[in-house]
Amino acid sequence: MSVQTRTMVRANMSLAMRAWNIRRKALLMGEVQGQGYIGQALGVADVLATSYFHAMDYRAEDPEWEGRDRFYLSIGHYAIALYAALMEADILPENELQTYGMDDSRMPMSGMASYTPGMEITGGSLGHGLGIAVGAALGLKRKGNPAFVYNLMSDGELGEGSTWEAVMSAVQWQLDNLICVVDFNNQQADGPSRDALAVGAEAPKWEAFGWHAQEVDGNDLDALVAAFDAARSLKDPRPRVIIANTTMCKGVPFLEAREITHFVRVEADEWAKALDVLEEGKPQ
Amino acid sequence: MTLASLARKYEPRKVPDKRVATSAMIASLAAEGYDTVAAPFGHTLVEQARKDDRIVGLSADLSKYTDLHIFAQAMPERFYQMGMAEQLLMSAAAGLAREGFIPFATTYAVFASRRAYDFIAMAIAEENLPVKIVCALPGLTTGYGPSHQATEDLAIFRGLPNMALIDPCDACDVVGMVPAMIAHDGPVYARLLRGKVPTVLTRHKPDYRFELGRAQMIREGRDVLVVSSGIMTMRALDAADALAKDNVDVAVLHVPTIKPLDKATILAEARKGGRLVVTAENHTENGGLGEAVARELMLAGAHVPFRMIALPDAFLEAGALPTLHDMYGLSVDRVAQQIKGWL
Repeated sequence: MSVQTRTMVRANMSLAMRAWNIRRKALLMGEVQGQGYIGQALGVADVLATSYFHAMDYRAEDPEWEGRDRFYLSIGHYAIALYAALMEADILPENELQTYGMDDSRMPMSGMASYTPGMEITGGSLGHGLGIAVGAALGLKRKGNPAFVYNLMSDGELGEGSTWEAVMSAVQWQLDNLICVVDFNNQQADGPSRDALAVGAEAPKWEAFGWHAQEVDGNDLDALVAAFDAARSLKDPRPRVIIANTTMCKGVPFLEAREITHFVRVEADEWAKALDVLEEGKPQ
Repeated sequence: MTLASLARKYEPRKVPDKRVATSAMIASLAAEGYDTVAAPFGHTLVEQARKDDRIVGLSADLSKYTDLHIFAQAMPERFYQMGMAEQLLMSAAAGLAREGFIPFATTYAVFASRRAYDFIAMAIAEENLPVKIVCALPGLTTGYGPSHQATEDLAIFRGLPNMALIDPCDACDVVGMVPAMIAHDGPVYARLLRGKVPTVLTRHKPDYRFELGRAQMIREGRDVLVVSSGIMTMRALDAADALAKDNVDVAVLHVPTIKPLDKATILAEARKGGRLVVTAENHTENGGLGEAVARELMLAGAHVPFRMIALPDAFLEAGALPTLHDMYGLSVDRVAQQIKGWL
C-alpha cells in the first residue's frame, strides 16, 4: 500500500485525535492498577500515533500478516503505551482494558511476545530490541519482503553496549528497511539520561556511525509525520534513526509540572483528575 | 588473587628438560590409533543446508575456529559475519528465527555462556525460537586458561528453560547432532569439537547413531557403570580397555544430550545392581552431568554407590592440554586410576 492510500484509509480521524485516544486509554489502564509508566506513555503517545496511524502497514484482523511492518518495543515497561495504541488500532479488544496488569491478563505490566497480539518481541531487558531488529531486517531482505522493522527504544538504552553493536551492524549490512525511534525524554531510573551516558550530540553520534539521523520534537505531530516520511522514502542504503525529544506526562499539565521521575507517582484520586484535564485538551 | 598464587607469580622458572607446547585446540585429544574426520560440523551443515533453505549461519569473528568457514565458503550468501559482537550475534539470530529461518550461531563456549547469556535467555529461549548455538572450546579443551576454558557452560545453560543441551563425544556425534538440531523445534546449545575430530563411538559400537535425548550403552560391563558425556566417553572407553587388563569390567553409558536427560535409561542401568556408578564429564563438578544424574538417582530412590569425575570448582591453570588433563583427572590414566581407587 502506498503512503497516500494508507493515509486516505485512516484519514477519517486526525492523528491528534489518535494520540489523544492513546493517552486516554493509557490513563484508564493506569487507573485500573493505580500505577504504571504513565509519564512515558503520555510522552510517547504522539510517536505511537504517527507509527500506527500514519507510517505503518498492518492488518488489524491479522496481527501476524506476513506483509506487516514489524514494530519492536524494546522498552518493555512502555507496554501500557503500546497496549493503548494496539487498542486504538483495533488489534487488541478495548473491552480488555480493565484487565491491565491483572492475573491472566493478555496485558502484563512489561511487554512480552507470548502474551499480547501485536507485541512482536519480549522487551524489558534493555538493549535487546535493536539487535533483534537487525536480524529481522536481514531476514526480511533474504525473503524479498519489503516491510520495515521499527524499533522503539529509550534514551537509557543508549547506555547499553549491545545497542551500539547493533548500530554498527545495521550499517555494515546496509539495512535501509530498519527505522529506529529513540524516545528521548531524558529520564532513566536514577535520574536524567544526560547525567548518565547520553551526554549529548545524539544525532551526530548515529550519523558518525553511518546512519541517517533526524532529531525532532517528539510531541509535534507534523514534525513526526515529516520525519517518518523522510525515513521511509529515503533512497540510500542507510539505516534510519529518529531521535524524538519528548516531554514526560505530555497532555496532563499538572503532571508535566510535577518533579519528574522515572516512575511518576500518581495519587489514587489523581487518575480521574488527569482524565478530566485531558478531556479539556481534547482535539476538535 | 591468593597469597600463594601471588608468591608463585614472582618465582623465577627454569627451562624444563622436557618441552611441551601449549595446545590451543584439541586435535590431540584422542588417543593414538583413532581415525579422524576433518571439520565434521561444517561439512554436515553444508549438506543439510543444501536440502533446507531455512538454514543460515552466523558467527562473531570465529567462523574459522568453529568450522563454520566451510559453510561460509560453500554458501556465502547464507552466511552472516556479525563481527566481534556476541550480544548482537544472539539477538540477530533471534531476529532471523522470527522471520522463519533456522540460524546456526557459532562462537566460543565462554563467550556464549558468559557474555551473551541475557540475549540467549530473553531473545531466544524465552520465545522458544529455533536458534542453534554451536560453541567451540567446551570445558577444558584449551590450555589458554580461564578466558577460554568454558568449564561452567552446561551449568549456566541447564538453568535455562526450553534450551536443549548437547555434549558430543566425537565425529559421529557431531555429524549426527546437526540434523537432529534442525529437526528439534526449539533452541539448542551444542558443544563443538572442531578441526580433525576423532571417530570413537562407531569403533566400539558399529551401529551407533546420535539421537537427541537418548543415552546409549556403548560398552557393557559387570563391575562399574560409567555415565559420561562429551569427550569423557572417549576417555572412559579407553580407561575401560586399560582396566580390563586388571580384570575390572567397566560399562560405559554415553549421554550426549544433557538436557533433556534420558532419565529412564540412566535409572534402568544404574539399577542393574552390583555396580559402582561413576559419572564423567568435561565440566565443573557443579551443575553438570554428575549432579543431574545424582538428582535422578536420589529422586528415584536408587541408592547406589556413586562417584563423580569432573573438573574442580576452580579457575584452571594454563599449560599443555595433556598436562592439564592429567592434573585435573580427565586423562585416560587418571580416569582409570580414580575408578580403581574407588573399588
